[in-house]
Amino acid sequence: MATGLETATRRRGLLGGIYDSIADVGGAVLNAVATLGDMTLFTWRTLTWLATRLPRRETLFANMYQIGVLSLPVVALTGTFIGMVLAVQSYTQFRAFGLETQLGGVINKSMFRELGPVLAATMLAGRVGSAMAAELGTMRVTEQIDALSSMGANPIQYLVVPRFLSCLLLIPSLTIMAVFMGVVGGMVYCIFVLDIDTQHYWSNSQKFVENWDLLYGVIKSVFFGATIGLLSCYRGFHCEPGAEGVGSAATTAFVQSFVVIIVLDLFLSILLDQVYLILWPQSPVALSL
Amino acid sequence: MVVAEPILDVRGLHVHFGRQQVLRDISLTVSRGETLAIIGESGCGKTVLLKTLIGLVQPRQGFIVFDGQRVDRLNEQQLAAERTRFGFVFQNSALFDSMTIAENILFPLRQHRAKERRQHQQEMLDRLREVGLPTSVLTKRPAELSGGMRKRVGLARALVMRPEVLLYDEPTTGLDPIVSDVINELMIRTRESYDVTSIIVTHDMKTAHKVADRVVMLYPQARLDTDEPQILFDGSPTEIDRAKDRRVAQFVRGEAGDRLMEMRKETSED
Repeated sequence: MATGLETATRRRGLLGGIYDSIADVGGAVLNAVATLGDMTLFTWRTLTWLATRLPRRETLFANMYQIGVLSLPVVALTGTFIGMVLAVQSYTQFRAFGLETQLGGVINKSMFRELGPVLAATMLAGRVGSAMAAELGTMRVTEQIDALSSMGANPIQYLVVPRFLSCLLLIPSLTIMAVFMGVVGGMVYCIFVLDIDTQHYWSNSQKFVENWDLLYGVIKSVFFGATIGLLSCYRGFHCEPGAEGVGSAATTAFVQSFVVIIVLDLFLSILLDQVYLILWPQSPVALSL
Repeated sequence: MVVAEPILDVRGLHVHFGRQQVLRDISLTVSRGETLAIIGESGCGKTVLLKTLIGLVQPRQGFIVFDGQRVDRLNEQQLAAERTRFGFVFQNSALFDSMTIAENILFPLRQHRAKERRQHQQEMLDRLREVGLPTSVLTKRPAELSGGMRKRVGLARALVMRPEVLLYDEPTTGLDPIVSDVINELMIRTRESYDVTSIIVTHDMKTAHKVADRVVMLYPQARLDTDEPQILFDGSPTEIDRAKDRRVAQFVRGEAGDRLMEMRKETSED
């Protein structure tokens, strides 16, 4: 019906077309600003509830099981394969320079800093984020969220806070699992398939990878987890009516989470490198930057 | 005649969804202990009015006074506390499908009376008996029950906090005539045993006649002239049968009348 009305109010002629285009752009900008404001309020209310009242243990644990424990197998599996794929892709290029023994350093550093956290976050957004958006969206459409409010319960405190907290607390463990399995996968492929010397593989890994790299990945993952929790719950809460609305909430939750994760990844990488420079200005890596 | 004390006072309510206006200048007073039926065709804003009463929908203009307090001036915690004085029976029951029937009924008690845990079980069993459901449903999930049973669970959940005002959103819609009448009887029995104020949103004239002692009819705002009030009728169920307004009479008799012509005109304009 809305589309019909919009079509009906379109102006004719070139000037009318220009006028309509400007109005469309203005409308889109207004919408974007309103959504951003709404999201900020949603985040603020979630954080305020988190600070004032922690969720009940049984609600939190049920969410943690769904979000963390059930995600472990898929994160471990994809982590292993990414480690192996990295080995396959880097091997030919490194071999051309006779540097194949350095593979351990490259694979492991990439897993710790980039692929581990991003992979765990992507899997979480796909498996958990879209499911959360669909579940909350269905609750919105079937008036269950209204029912919660009508009984004097706060939907943000009851539904969003436990999900947000579970994402925030469990994504570091999932990231560490992805990293660990990636390291194992890369190692298995390099040592058993590519026949690289074990001693050299590990000594090079040790030379390149520091404790900071693990912390670097874990810090990033916490931001990714918060993004997935908030965006997915927001999409579910603002679901349009009907099956199409729920489907679209689930898809949008994943797509938006993924885009924000990638963008955030860039800025966090820049920021964390600066932090490293401030904390260890004399280290060899800092001097080479 | 003794004038009963008002429990709910709606003043100059205007509600919009985006650019679309749903309620226009609605003013209404509900007395304590009264059973009010709000009737009107689908899309006239009945449910929206019901949700606005407990702050689930925010009006653009106007306000609601509940028991001497303006609802829009309450903060989040005060509003949550006031809402426990209401019981809301949703159109499709809105039971939490991730919980069992027992957990659904217990939900308000666990939220607000966590310390009195020992009495919860008895309270739940009493409410279940009142709505005529066997204890065997307690371990089931909402999806395993029929529509009528879900409605009754919804009523049991709404009653568990012993509310002062019960809001029913289309309680008999989608049910067969026998189950509809069971729900009507339940509403009457609930009113008698709880001495509760009831507001029933319905388009079932049988419910309005049988249960209500006052009927208000709303008309879709978009089809009214600018100076016409949105409340077309306010009176007793017997008076509505004799109403002069053509639109009210048509609704009471369930006749399409010139609405068919109007609809044809609307589609040809599209």
